[in-house]
Amino acid sequence: MRLQFVLSEMGIGLRRNLSMTISVVLVTMVSLFFFGFGLLSSAQVSTMKDYWYDRVEVSIFMCGQASEVPNCADGEVTQAQRTELETQLNSLKPLVQTVYYESKQESFQRFKQQFKNSAILDNLKVDQMPESFRVKLSDPQKYAVIASAFQGAPGVEQVLDQRALLGNLFKVLNVLTWVARGFAIVMTVSAVLLVATTVRLSAFSRRRETGIMRLVGASNLLIQLPFVLEAVLATIVGSVIATGLLWAGVHFGVTGFLSPLLPFFRFITTSDVLAVAPLLFATGLAMAIFASFFTLRRYLRV
Amino acid sequence: MIRLDDVSKVYAAAARPALDHVTVEVERGEFVFIVGASGSGKSTLLRLVLKEERASSGTVHVAGRNLATLSSWKVPQLRRQIGTVFQDFRLLPNKTVSQNVAFALQVIGKPRHTIAQVVPETLELVGLDGKGKRYPHELSGGEQQRVAIARAFVNRPAIVLADEPTGNLDPTTSIDIMRLLDRINRTGTTIVMATHDDEIVDQMRKRVIELEDGKLVRDQARGVYGHQR
Repeated sequence: MRLQFVLSEMGIGLRRNLSMTISVVLVTMVSLFFFGFGLLSSAQVSTMKDYWYDRVEVSIFMCGQASEVPNCADGEVTQAQRTELETQLNSLKPLVQTVYYESKQESFQRFKQQFKNSAILDNLKVDQMPESFRVKLSDPQKYAVIASAFQGAPGVEQVLDQRALLGNLFKVLNVLTWVARGFAIVMTVSAVLLVATTVRLSAFSRRRETGIMRLVGASNLLIQLPFVLEAVLATIVGSVIATGLLWAGVHFGVTGFLSPLLPFFRFITTSDVLAVAPLLFATGLAMAIFASFFTLRRYLRV
Repeated sequence: MIRLDDVSKVYAAAARPALDHVTVEVERGEFVFIVGASGSGKSTLLRLVLKEERASSGTVHVAGRNLATLSSWKVPQLRRQIGTVFQDFRLLPNKTVSQNVAFALQVIGKPRHTIAQVVPETLELVGLDGKGKRYPHELSGGEQQRVAIARAFVNRPAIVLADEPTGNLDPTTSIDIMRLLDRINRTGTTIVMATHDDEIVDQMRKRVIELEDGKLVRDQARGVYGHQR
């Protein structure tokens, strides 16, 4: 009886206040969308970090025929220098996990593979390619140890940390994450305020009913619950739509579009969206309950 | 049933207290008129009994409870024992007569079969049988007030408070409403009615409490309205 009563009161409120309810749905949707976007882009950053930091290497390029670096003034790296470098690298275990020597020929093959259809290949000779040691570190953060040990060593043209190349990418993603979080905060504040206003309007438009309910001794909970449920329902619909949009964005935009385009990267999937969905719902719910109870405390006092 | 001990009520911005050291007791089953000019404190007294306001000093007891110490979540329990009727009826325009009366029971969680039984009984008691499906705007003022009385009485409260219930009605209709309140009083319900209507007070010959500028100036069994108007 009471439940039915509360639900029918809620229905009346929603119908009378339809345009406000729709705006609550939309604002909740946008705020939770940005909130989810922020969560997903930080998930993307950590996915990429996990993936790449497992694979990044420090490359020690050796002097070639045409190297112009001062350290290579003596010409191409000699066999003795090469052996010396390798011994030195092996002595740095366990920081150095594996060492792989890439010859000119291998380097040429890999380059050919990467730039299959490019005109650059026509003028490229095997001898122009650099030979290098590919060093995998047990702790990629300790790149500086390798850099200081080998930068300027005889026969070394350049020590290159691949992580530095990824650094810019991560910077872009981090900025995106923070922008999304900023939007999420602003939108969440406006959503809370809008829910509060809507609940207040709804309570005002039914002050006759609530006045009589107070008079005949209805409990506060029963008087307030329909308004709270209205707000909760609107935000739940908003969170469902926000989750749906994020799911569609990841499914079609990332899995369907970006992923095949950039096969070297690993991307988040729709399962990441489902993982953040409960958080979105909880946030929406908390928003609605907080805003409506806070408003009703002021406007439906006994 | 209702006891006020040395009760004063001062509104924040007012020059003089709305109620000034009023002591009065109403026994179970009594019928009491509260008379006095506008602003004499009649409505304030009713609001204190409903705990819509708190007394500034003194104590108010209603149905054995001290309202000063009654916690706010128990206020609904208190109000379930009090029915209230107003000059302006306060019916819900988009509900039928039956629904208006049933509303009072629904919101305090009465089971559906009880409502289905009690509502028609109460409508019959107030003389509205057969009009349950009408809407308030289809009824005369007197009939609307009967609906309001039915709503106030449907939960069989111990006390009915009436704030100028005949204020919007013509003399003939007013007398009908008074007969109805008298009938309700005879079921053992305490009735406290604030009014301006001297004819009715003179005719009914019930206890009269007169307020003037917030002070109790007369408390007379089987009284009349008084000379000064």
